[in-house]
Amino acid sequence: MNIDFTKMTALELAKKIQSGEIKVRQAVDAVYESIDKFDSTYNCYISTCKEKAYKKADEVQARIDSGNIVSALAGVPVSVKDNICTKGIKTTAASKMLENFNPIYNATVVDRMENADMIIVGKLNLDEFAMGNTTETSIFGATNNPWDTSRVPGGSSGGSAVSVAVGEAVISLGSDTGGSISQPCSFCGVTGLKPTYGSVSRHGLIACASSLDQIGPIAKDVVDCAALFEIISGKDVKDGTSMETPKFDYSKILDGDAKGKKIGIPSELLGENIDPQIKEAIQNTAKEFEKLGATVEEFSLPIVKYSVPAYYVIASAEASSNLSRYDGVKFGYSTPNATDLQDLYIKSRSEGFGMEVKRRLLLGNLVLSKDYYESYYEKALQTKRLVQQDLLKALEKYDMLLAPVAPTTAYKKDEALSSPLDMYMGSFCTVMVNLAGLPAVSVPCGFDNNNLPIGMQLIGKPFDETSIMQVAHIFQKTTDFIKTPELIQGVAK
Amino acid sequence: MNYELTLGLEVHTELSTKTKIFCNCTTEFGGEQNTHVCEGCLGMPGTLPVLNKSVVDYAIKTGLATNCSITQFNKFDRKNYFYPDLPKAYQISQLYFPICQNGFVEVNTDDGNTKRVRIKEIHMEEDAGKLIHDPWEDCTLIDYNRGAVPLLEIVSEPDLSSAQEAIEYLEKLRAILQYVGVSDCKMQEGSFRADINLSVRPVGQKELGVRTEMKNMNSFKAIARAIESESKRQIELIEEGKTVLQETRRWDDNKGKSFAMRSKENAQDYKYFPDPDLPPIEISDKQIEDIRKSLPELPEQKKLRYVTQLGLPEYDTGIITNSVHLVALFEKTAELCGNPKEAANWIMVELMKLLNDSATLPEDMSFDDTSLAKIINLLAENKITRDTAKKVFAKVFEDDVDPEQYIKDNNLAVMTDNTLIKSTIEKVVADNQKSVDEYKGGKTQALQYLIGQSMRALRGQAPAQEVTKILKELLD
Repeated sequence: MNIDFTKMTALELAKKIQSGEIKVRQAVDAVYESIDKFDSTYNCYISTCKEKAYKKADEVQARIDSGNIVSALAGVPVSVKDNICTKGIKTTAASKMLENFNPIYNATVVDRMENADMIIVGKLNLDEFAMGNTTETSIFGATNNPWDTSRVPGGSSGGSAVSVAVGEAVISLGSDTGGSISQPCSFCGVTGLKPTYGSVSRHGLIACASSLDQIGPIAKDVVDCAALFEIISGKDVKDGTSMETPKFDYSKILDGDAKGKKIGIPSELLGENIDPQIKEAIQNTAKEFEKLGATVEEFSLPIVKYSVPAYYVIASAEASSNLSRYDGVKFGYSTPNATDLQDLYIKSRSEGFGMEVKRRLLLGNLVLSKDYYESYYEKALQTKRLVQQDLLKALEKYDMLLAPVAPTTAYKKDEALSSPLDMYMGSFCTVMVNLAGLPAVSVPCGFDNNNLPIGMQLIGKPFDETSIMQVAHIFQKTTDFIKTPELIQGVAK
Repeated sequence: MNYELTLGLEVHTELSTKTKIFCNCTTEFGGEQNTHVCEGCLGMPGTLPVLNKSVVDYAIKTGLATNCSITQFNKFDRKNYFYPDLPKAYQISQLYFPICQNGFVEVNTDDGNTKRVRIKEIHMEEDAGKLIHDPWEDCTLIDYNRGAVPLLEIVSEPDLSSAQEAIEYLEKLRAILQYVGVSDCKMQEGSFRADINLSVRPVGQKELGVRTEMKNMNSFKAIARAIESESKRQIELIEEGKTVLQETRRWDDNKGKSFAMRSKENAQDYKYFPDPDLPPIEISDKQIEDIRKSLPELPEQKKLRYVTQLGLPEYDTGIITNSVHLVALFEKTAELCGNPKEAANWIMVELMKLLNDSATLPEDMSFDDTSLAKIINLLAENKITRDTAKKVFAKVFEDDVDPEQYIKDNNLAVMTDNTLIKSTIEKVVADNQKSVDEYKGGKTQALQYLIGQSMRALRGQAPAQEVTKILKELLD
């Protein structure tokens, strides 16, 4: 049977598997065939885990055959960003530092997906330690944009977004610290959810910035994302920051309505630093929502302009501390050339980390040091509180906010890395969402002159993923922006 | 010139919670290296700390027992530094909002008065692992069993002015911690450790001298020695016109001197910041009140009660109440024998002697806590002699024998057969004609000798009064 994941959602596949039309093994076969065919072009995967996947597939098949369907996505293969720990499967964070790290535990989200009878098929490429928004800083090489392989796919969850876009994965998990799910979804024309901070357990997610990190689903459409979010979300005793919330029910997404919804657009996110074509796409999206019965208006959110500096101060500070444990002593890369303890630390870390990671560790150490703590770190925390406060205030007035995901469409490779400040400004539309800990769904809403996808995001109230996904779902039902790129086979990476 | 000493202590005490502060590993001391560990306390990628709530309860208990106010909005902070015993390369501690603040402990001063030693703060943190140097392989090995065992750091104000006061303070603090049951405070296992902040100044000088911090003392005696040595060193420097450097020093008890570890100029910047993995902990009034109500009687209260209600000497109560283990034995014994004074006597005299002679600490006593009362009761009933009682107690202390069984097995009970006693004494008299003659000649010491000989012949098991009586009858 020819199964083409570019033309089939995860829930459609699940239905066929659960009805017996497709066997679980066939679905797994199809993923690996697709990887064989296309991964040399796109470089989505860091590793695959065939043996484990087929073993699990047979277990799941037996359960399905006996009529025991444990979740809406039972039998569906899923691919996981390689900063999410999988027991017995190497988890590298795309870094030389963890090139051979084999976790002895599963991330909670992995346990939950396995308990839901999903099959983990492989680990996806990312920016080293999820620091970056281009998926170019991986030691396993850059992942390529499916719409133009000379361009970046966004990041840091680039592997997750591209694998779904080109059908090398049915559905995937990414993680988002400052737009790392939303932005690659926007660059690749797929859909992703950055959940409310605290709704998905971070246990087993290799920390980038603890107060900002969240794991979320990436898929072809909103309903798929909702189905996976239902499986992975909910309080976890292994994560003190995860919250007790009412159980999310993905089926509620299907019968939502945009009628009567009040949607606000922060005018600062339609300003001069946003590409005009993107502005236009957002305005068209607004019109679409109005057609669907919502009211849309622009409002001013001045604090936004401080969100990027505040974000990079906080994210770098936390990362610098989180990544201190990679010292060459216990796990991960350890230099063979050390002469003493100090030398072991310095060489292991100098040799084990890449450029962008080092840049952020230096920045983080600076802003936490005695002389700069008050003027940088404390100020950034204050700014974070103000961003949160102002966004929550806006969300009292509006049911949700509409905004572009990124100021531009996908850029050419090497452009961003040669100009880190520009790259940081590329996070302009997304970092406020993380600073405020809000949920946001990233949805394709157009294409630019270069036939590159444009994404919009709906930002919701804390723990109200349902509302934004309902409206996003209606938008996807009534529009036609989910498209498949023309796939290229067998190009050297 | 005369100098005075200013001392403050930083005490680290490991809490006796069942599990570690941020994971479910056991806190048990020892164990094969790196077996009381998991991915969490090894700081492996992706793992997160989850607070063991009983650590907070233990900290509140300690704070209330040392007259602190409890911080109701608590946060944890990260203290960042690289060292192989610290798996995450940061220690989770409390800098900005320590859980207890502004308390005090009362101690006896050298001049017999009491003094309040103020407690600046108590904060919660995690312990580090242990580095073990292997001289054969010339390498250092790490045991992470102790890593992330919960610690309280109890920081005093510089209110102490002598080694003796410092020891008084530490003993009192240890007793309090043991009373409220938060720590076993075993210095030799490292569950009770103290760092000393010390400065000297000429008497009359207002401002404090430059202070040093001394680490690595593992007994009270070492602490006393370190204080003496460091104050002497500082005074000598000043006398020689040199300056005391603000630095951290490491005490070497074998060499009896300290060595500079790092100076203030090289002080590390720990880059403290609030730990984003641990949400703030809010402590309600009710939680504090519930814990306050559950607190046991504390050393000071107990001491007062022993003196006023039981009529014990103040000195004795001071010694007994300073050890939770002595208190336990005393209270059990007093209860079972109904004679607190006798119980206290036995502890102060016989038990102290046994402890000293065998260099045993009260916490290492291992005999049944009803045994001493049994001995006191047998003595009161005249079933054994005082001599026998002491011997039996020594045996109890050593081997935890059951006193009654031991007395029976070794035939140690008082002889009640007066004919046998008399015939034994008659034989002693017959065999010691010289002493008898001396006695009759007016030498009273000879009687003592004959009593001794008779007691020996009776193996100490006859009542002394009875023996004296019979002897006198026979001689006169």
